[in-house]
Amino acid sequence: MLKTLVSGDTPRSPILLAILIVILICLAFAPFLFPGVRSVDTAARICIFIVLVASYDLLLGYGGIVSFAHTMFFGLGAYGVALASTHMGRGFDALLVGSVAGAGLAALLALVIGLFSLRVRAIFFAMITLAVASAVAVLVSQLSTLTGGEDGLSFKIPRALGPAFKFMDGEIFGVKANGKLLKYYLVFISCFVLFLLMLRVVNSPFGRVLQAIRENDFRAEAIGYRVVHYRVAATCLSAAIAALAGALYAVWLRYVGPDTTLSMEIMIDILLMVVIGGMGTMYGAVIGATLFVLAQNYLQNVLSLAGESVSTLPLLPDLLNADRWLLWLGVLFILSVYFFPTGIVGRLRGK
Amino acid sequence: MSDPILKLDNVFTNIAQYHILQGVDLTVPRGEVTMLLGRNGVGKTTTLRTIIGHWRALQGSVLFDGQDITKLPTPAIARAGIGFVPEDMGIFADLTVEENMILAAVSGAIDEARLQWLFTVFPALETFWKKDAGTLSGGQKQMLSIARAMIEERALYLIDEPTKGLAPAIITTMARAIKELKDQGASILLVEQNFAVAKALGDTANVMDDGRMVWSGQMSELATNAELQERLMGLSMEAH
Amino acid sequence: MSAAPEHAPTMAKMSLTERLAPHAPILLVIALILAGLVAIPATSSWLTLTVSGLAMGMMIFIMASGLTLVFGLMDVINFGHGAFVSVGAFVGVSFLLLLERMTGAPNLLWNLTALMVAIVGAMGATGVMGWAFERVIVKPVYGHHLKQILVTMGGLIVVEQLIIVLWGPEEIYITRPEALKGAITFAGAALEKYRLVAVGIGLVVFLAMRYTLRRTKIGLIVRAGVENGEMVQALGYNLRMVFIGVFVAGSALAGLGGVLWGLYQEVITAHMGNQTMILVFIVVIIGGLGSVEGCFIGALLVGLMQNYVAFLEPKAALISNIALMVAILMWRPMGMIPVVKAK
Repeated sequence: MLKTLVSGDTPRSPILLAILIVILICLAFAPFLFPGVRSVDTAARICIFIVLVASYDLLLGYGGIVSFAHTMFFGLGAYGVALASTHMGRGFDALLVGSVAGAGLAALLALVIGLFSLRVRAIFFAMITLAVASAVAVLVSQLSTLTGGEDGLSFKIPRALGPAFKFMDGEIFGVKANGKLLKYYLVFISCFVLFLLMLRVVNSPFGRVLQAIRENDFRAEAIGYRVVHYRVAATCLSAAIAALAGALYAVWLRYVGPDTTLSMEIMIDILLMVVIGGMGTMYGAVIGATLFVLAQNYLQNVLSLAGESVSTLPLLPDLLNADRWLLWLGVLFILSVYFFPTGIVGRLRGK
Repeated sequence: MSDPILKLDNVFTNIAQYHILQGVDLTVPRGEVTMLLGRNGVGKTTTLRTIIGHWRALQGSVLFDGQDITKLPTPAIARAGIGFVPEDMGIFADLTVEENMILAAVSGAIDEARLQWLFTVFPALETFWKKDAGTLSGGQKQMLSIARAMIEERALYLIDEPTKGLAPAIITTMARAIKELKDQGASILLVEQNFAVAKALGDTANVMDDGRMVWSGQMSELATNAELQERLMGLSMEAH
Repeated sequence: MSAAPEHAPTMAKMSLTERLAPHAPILLVIALILAGLVAIPATSSWLTLTVSGLAMGMMIFIMASGLTLVFGLMDVINFGHGAFVSVGAFVGVSFLLLLERMTGAPNLLWNLTALMVAIVGAMGATGVMGWAFERVIVKPVYGHHLKQILVTMGGLIVVEQLIIVLWGPEEIYITRPEALKGAITFAGAALEKYRLVAVGIGLVVFLAMRYTLRRTKIGLIVRAGVENGEMVQALGYNLRMVFIGVFVAGSALAGLGGVLWGLYQEVITAHMGNQTMILVFIVVIIGGLGSVEGCFIGALLVGLMQNYVAFLEPKAALISNIALMVAILMWRPMGMIPVVKAK
């Protein structure tokens, strides 16, 4: 039964299995296990980034395609929800319309970019997505009447998801039974379902063909697979799921802005998460996103402590400055591409 | 005869997961034209590419003029004194005929006397000297490819199917060029499918099958023995 | 002896379109300039914008040329190329700040000398950095595009962060050398002096590069290597050494581009290189990956388009270049001057 749920793609490593179960339990019961505002927020972020990173892994790890437009698709979903909620008024219908429209538009855009670049050379895709995504980011910050520009948009979500809404009296295990709790579970369950859906996709015949193309596109073409079709389809699917993750993120934050969804920094974060977690494994996204978001929230403190302890030395304090953690991540990233191309999951599986 | 100019000893070469050469032994005597014959796909081109270093021998050794070149990088092998004319001719289509030749003169400027000699062998080169090599016809490209290898003196020339797809008149030109090269004292290892050309040019012959050398001997012996041809190369020889 | 009869194919007379086809890219530049003349109401504004467009195009070309050659020669795509632009800008600006007395004096010769010192310093630094980058970052991942994109991106992150460590996180504002401030008036149009200098430097670089590629042996090796590297090796040239040379030269040019771009914008940040990469990638794609001429023409198109559209409708500037890229890829999927690979 469990095996069917994960589409037969088991973790294949006892340690990995144990870690995944711990993460699942922590996320599933986060509001009860870690009741602080900040820790629940971290848990929701982890859920959303797991989906976002896994959808990127679908493209990079399974399709062998590098995209720099993933944040653009993420943003499309987020802005879709924000705009729908602003113009249609708060309500679940607005959330649904916004998410579907965002995902549809993301898939369409991915289709166009894919047809243009993947038809010629897969490497064009990386460059074209970088250019298009940057142009869109600039455009979004310029069209301030529609998008709120740099300030972004704050909007109202359905009352049922707000802290003022009580769905039953009293508390459940010491946690208030309000809309906030419902919102967390909306995010968690949606992400859980999306992740299982992606596991199903990569273990379907479609996913296997995609991997065959990644290994050797000439041979795949020779066997008779239309390589471009498969790659474009993967791109569209990946874009749509990223948009849905974006929609959830917007709902969670009740806000959308260029910095939270479209920025190049987030794109780089996604790259780091997927490579460090393990490309082409899906579970790598879980490990990568969890580690990364935790590190982002908590490890910077550790780094600043380390910086203070060497504050008398030249240059070292600068290198260990908490704001410089991206430097160390960059180094870690390069080293992992060289030495652990299969990431943490690959290591645990003993590959 | 002194020691051979080139000697392959039990060479194995893989391309991806395919075992193409499976223990090739080959001796190229000095100052002779040595033919490398066999059906398509038996490893002739791979043998030449292994010698020049485009593919790497996994086992065995390649001795050139007494020096072990098995592990040398391609440019060093070329500079040791081996000229290479690949099957696809390797013409630089964006460059003019002149620029192709300038590039081929690795050690410096083009030797004018040698160039004049090449013009008598291949008059077309002079005609199209300033044209882009990409605009030449197939036969002219082949001439350029061989002339490029010949612009500087080399101890050994590896020539892969120089007559493939060419008109009979141009084949004659090619054959004469190879003959002149030999008369100058060069050694030549020639892959050839055209048996008439092979018969006319070859001193010794080596026949390959399935990644191994199956017969080595005098070309004249092979040329006169129809039963031997039949056994070694099957019907493919008759087609020519 | 008698020569073999020559194979002499007769050529049918080509139609006008066929004869124009090879020159289509450069005609496109002229067409764009003319379109600008029609679309922009005042001729003087048009002239100002054309000069800015050309200046911008030249700077992008300088930054993009190394990238496209590196790709053509070794099939290596360097997503960290922007790092050299940023480092070039920071080193160059540091020199200019050191030479403040020379740049502050209203003396063209002193100003240009200071600028030259800054350029040489920046190019030296980025050249050395390029050599190190090739050895450490790129060399281990030859022949593997996916890993190349990832590690060079990683390299970019590290370099950007190191810039912040060395120069601090704040953006640095700079003023142009005294004699290069302001504009001259020509035919009623105000032409910024600095942009004219940028056009001049760009032209010099382009012509020098063209000369090197067409008239020197090393240039022939590079051109032949873009087409068929294996054969170049079989002739006896060590292509890897040539490639390192091109990589270093390309990095140094990116550094030069960084200095020029920094003075153009009058502000530099650690991320400026990666921001310029957006236009650089558009340029190398529409030019044809591996083609220096295509890169030059593409850069002019992008520079002009950016300036004309920014004048007419500021918000559409970047999008217009995306549209330009889409249009050109529909016309020629491999770029305007596609590089023919032997294999």
